This record gives sequence, structure tokens and C-alpha cells, in this order.
Amino acid sequence: MATVLLADSTWVLFVNICLNGLTTGFLYALIALGYTMVYGIVELINFAHGDLFMLGCFFAWSLVSAAAVATGSTGALLLLLAILLLTPLFCAAINWSVDRVIYRPRRSAPKLNLLVSAIGVSFIFMNIGQLWGGAQDLDFPRLVEDRNLLPADSGLQFSLIDAIVISVTVPTMIGLAIFVKLTPLGKAMRAVAQNPMAAQLMGINTNRVISATFLIGGALAGVGSVVYVLKIPTINWAMGFQNGLYAFTSAVLGGIGNIPGAVLGAILIGMVYSLGSWYDARWATTLVFLILIVILVFRPAGILGTHTREKV
Amino acid sequence: MRNAKLPISWEMLAVAAALLYPLVPAVDDFLFRLTHWRFGFVMPTIFILAILALALNVVVGYAGLLHLGIAGFFGIGAYVTGILTVPAYPFGCSFWLAVLASTLVATAFGIVLSAPLLRLRGDYFALVTLGFGLAVMYSIRNLEEITAGTKSLNPVPPPELLPPFGQLFEAVGWGTDWASEYRLFYYLTLAFLLGTILLLRNLERSSLGRAWVALREDELAATCMGLNAARLKLAAFALSAALAGMAGSLYAIKLGSTADPLAYDFNRSVTMLCCLILGGLGNRNGVLLGVALILGYDNLLAPILDDVQRALGEQSGWKKIVLYPFTLLMSTKGKLMMFGLVLILMMRYRPEGLLPSSRVREEMHEGDPAPHTLPRKE
Repeated sequence: MATVLLADSTWVLFVNICLNGLTTGFLYALIALGYTMVYGIVELINFAHGDLFMLGCFFAWSLVSAAAVATGSTGALLLLLAILLLTPLFCAAINWSVDRVIYRPRRSAPKLNLLVSAIGVSFIFMNIGQLWGGAQDLDFPRLVEDRNLLPADSGLQFSLIDAIVISVTVPTMIGLAIFVKLTPLGKAMRAVAQNPMAAQLMGINTNRVISATFLIGGALAGVGSVVYVLKIPTINWAMGFQNGLYAFTSAVLGGIGNIPGAVLGAILIGMVYSLGSWYDARWATTLVFLILIVILVFRPAGILGTHTREKV
Repeated sequence: MRNAKLPISWEMLAVAAALLYPLVPAVDDFLFRLTHWRFGFVMPTIFILAILALALNVVVGYAGLLHLGIAGFFGIGAYVTGILTVPAYPFGCSFWLAVLASTLVATAFGIVLSAPLLRLRGDYFALVTLGFGLAVMYSIRNLEEITAGTKSLNPVPPPELLPPFGQLFEAVGWGTDWASEYRLFYYLTLAFLLGTILLLRNLERSSLGRAWVALREDELAATCMGLNAARLKLAAFALSAALAGMAGSLYAIKLGSTADPLAYDFNRSVTMLCCLILGGLGNRNGVLLGVALILGYDNLLAPILDDVQRALGEQSGWKKIVLYPFTLLMSTKGKLMMFGLVLILMMRYRPEGLLPSSRVREEMHEGDPAPHTLPRKE
């Protein structure tokens, strides 16, 4: 009898960790998509992407603090819709401007120069975050009354907020997949990713396509920030660096440049992080970095990426 | 040498100034009255970090690989010294032994890490070193049983003076108390820095140094000429790790503790990279200029401006309106932004740095991307 109970509770724990990992993974996926799309097109590791996500969180925080509505009221739901609309616009605008002002004039420069510039942008964003929200953690006001959707006696945890996270992220990602697969701009993106020179010769305006990629990546990061503050209502200026690295690891794990790969990688990293946090929260971060190192060293193409030989 | 006609070079003047500074106490006193900061106490830290910048320059400047995890080796050096010297551990090693051991352990880590790194291309190399640096920082923080976590290992005892120096310092009236007399650390760290500079100067002219530059300029061509790229990269990485470990050891001894693990995080690595990029990649004097500007700002100017800003906060009138935004941007609060701007503006307008070596300048301004910036688009 006792062993059955034990097995039962282990099972419940495992499912809970997986459910939590899944929602965390969807969250990382939104950020990872921004990395992977930009990398696929300009071969730039956009170091500032995580910090853009952080700025999105601060933007949403400022909006919500200014509005000051009661948790769970109709006003709060409207506000949630509003930040779900405005934060992606804000992030997309910033990402586009950064590309326009900083990366585009150096498009032909060595790739490592661009990477160093991106680190610079990341530092500037962090500093803006510091000046915006101060050095301490900020509490994000609760907009939705959180409750468990699954029956309490099952011991399983799947909250209303988890449901919102999934109902925002999954349609966003399906929409992105349709966009990239079917629309002319999406086709142009895939063409530029495959071969920028040939795409240009076919009459594609590569600069426009790259701008659009930065816009979409930024908007996805904005959606990610709103989802993040709903799920984890504590924000600070340093959060972008860490979450950005998780997302980047996801993108690399799935095969950088590969859109379904980024989602798959993010779900795996979400699971790993969730499992690691359950075992010992302090080591979860180190575990993710070790995965990053191991993947880059032994299978740089990732899980779904095709292994291409480096041409000299 | 363009300025060979001058009997003295800027290099010699700078060394002479650094050597003479503590001998003229009036200068230090004057700066203290002006800013309420004892420059003499801060300079040793800058000398130590200059060693770290030169260490990073071996990999980034000479060999042309973007290394984002130098702080990891710095931290390893500091903590090896901490473990070997603090009273909580039974080792109680002497200063020289601790510095030597830190250097060796950091080198060992460098060699082990470089094995998988050698076949990676540019941006992946950067990320793996970044991941390594962060993994070291988090490990230091989490291995509380060994490293005391955020509480840091302390007290790290000051070095014991070798026989002639102890008597010498007593004779000139400085005494042998490391805590109150800044000149002891000043000359100790300056000696290590000058030693590092001499070592690198000779290395640059050796076949190894020239092979690194060949590798940086065109890996394929260098390999075709019979250079062993893997071995050269390993040598650069190991040497850089060794120097960084030595700097870490000195840092722990100077501070008297191993410091919060945050002292070894990504910011440290990027600050060092800023020095290189501002001053001039691959050029020793350029790097030292970058160190003087960036670390002088980071360790002296920004804290001084913090004081100024605090004083301004209590005042009102035109002085505050004009100076406040400026000091805010330049003070510690705007530090990250300054570093970010330095990286972006230098990459945009002068990627070869303020004081470039002629070779690097040519590489940076060639028609097509410099060869070490692979991967190129096909």
C-alpha cells in the first residue's frame, strides 16, 4: 500500500514538473523565436534580445502601475488586453530602431563586430532598466485572480495563468508559422535566410525583409514579457540577461535559424529548468549553461538543424 | 617605429610616471584634497586589472578569437589563492606559492576548456567562453561548502616581504604594514604588471607571436603554410588563462578577501573587452591606454562623480540643472550605458581602436571582412 502511495505521489510530482516546464518552455519559445529568426537572416547573435524582453516587462509594469485597477475586475481584463497589444508594439519599435540605427550601417562589417555592438546595446538596455525601475526587484501587480483549474484532490497543478500563457503563446506561434510559410514576406524571409545574395538578385529588398524580421522578433519578445509578468510577477533589470540566455540556449538546442526547432528546444529547456529547480534551484542555471556548452561543442547544428559543413 | 627619432617614448614616460608617483606624496595629497579619494589605494587594483586586460588581449587581440569569459579564470585564480591562504583552510601557503598555484590551476582549466573550443567557429567560440565564465561564477556562488558563497573567503593575508625589501621599506620609513601603506601594494602590483608587459613584448616578437598574427589574419593561409592552428589557439588560450589566474590571485590578496562572486561575472569580462576595443585590439600600448581610460573611469572618475552628484542633489539652481544630468550619465548609475556606447561607437567608427597597430588597422579596413570574422556568407 505504502509503495503504491509513493509511486502515486512521484507520478503527480513528475506531471506537475512537466506541466510547469511546458508553460515555462512556451515562454522561452517566444523569446527564442526572436533570436533564431534574426540569426537565420543576418547571422547575428542578437545579444540585446533578452534585455529587450526586460524592457517590455518594465513597459507593461509602468502601464499597469499607472492604471491601478483591482485584481480580477473587468478593468483589469481590459488592461491585460491593452498591454498584450501595446507591449509588443513597444518592443517591435525599439528592435526595429536599433537595427536601423546600429546594425544596418554595419551590415557588411565582420560578424564579430556586430556581436560586440549587440553586447553594447544590451548594456545600454540594462542601464535603461536600472534607471527605469531602480536596482531592486519590482512586484508586478496581479491582474488575474489565480486559481487551479484541475481538481484539487488529484494533486495536479495547472493554474488559470498557465492556461492564459498557453492560450496566448500557442496561437502566436501558429500565426508565425502560417506567416512564414504562406505570405509573400514570409517567403522572402526564407529566401534571404537561405542566400541573401541570390534573394537580392531575385528582386527581394533584403533590407526591408531584415527590418521586418527585427519587428516580428521584437513583437514576439513583447508578447513574451506580458506572459512572463503574468506567470512570474517579479521583475528587475538583470532578468533580461538570464532569460535571454535560456532562450538563446533553447534556440541553439533546437538548431539556430530553425523556427520549429526553437519551440522544441524551448520546451526541452523549460522541462530541464523545471526539473533542475525542483532538485536544487541554485544549480538550475548552471545546468542550462552546461547544456549550452555541450550542444555548441558536440552538435552545433542542434536537434533539428541540418549539419552543414563550414565553407571557407 | 615612427617616433624612433625621439630619444624617449611615451611608453617610457608612462612607466617613469608610474614608478615616481608614490615618491612624490604631494601629488597624492593634492588629488585627495581635490576628490577625497586616495588614488594610491586604487591604482594597485587598476594595475591588476591591466594584467587581466593584457591576458584577454592574448586571445582576442593576437589570436583574433572573441573571448567573453575571462572573468571565469580571474575568479578561479582568486579563489585558489583564497583557499590556499585563508585561516579557515589548513594550507596557509605563502604569497609566492599561492600566486604560482593560482596561475597553474587557471592554466589547467584553460587547457581543459580549450580542447573542445579549438574547432568552434567565431561566434560559437564566444558563446562557449561566455557560458564557461557564467558557469564558474554560479559554481563559486553555489559551492558554499568550499567557497563560502556570497560571504567570500577572508581574510586573505598580505604577502610577506622578501628579506632585502622588508629592511629597505623600514629604512625609508614606509614600514611593512600592507593595510596602511599603499606604496607596498603599489610597487608589488606594478612589478607584476611590468613583468607581464615585458613577457608579452618579447612574445610578440617571437615566432609564436608572429604565428598568432598570421592565424588571425588568415587561418586558411596560415594553416597552409604549415602552422598548427589548434596548437596555436591552445597556447594563446592557456597563456591568457595563466595571466588571468595570476591577476585573480593578486586581486584576492589586494582586497584581503575573494570578494563577492559577482566580481567575476559577465560585466567584468565585458569591461575588459571594452578596454581592448577602445584602446586598440592586439596593440599592447593601445590596451594599456584603454585600461587607463576605462578603468580610470570605472574605479576613480565614476565614484568621484557619485560624490559630486550626491553633493549636487542637496543644492539647487543652475549648477544642478546643468551638471546633474551629466554627472548622472557619467556616474556609477550610468556606467553600463557608457560601456555600451563605447562598444557601439568604436565598432561603428573606429573598430581598430584609438591606438591601433598598423596591421590591425589594415585588417579592419580591407574591402571584404577580415578573415578571422568567419563565417562568411557563401
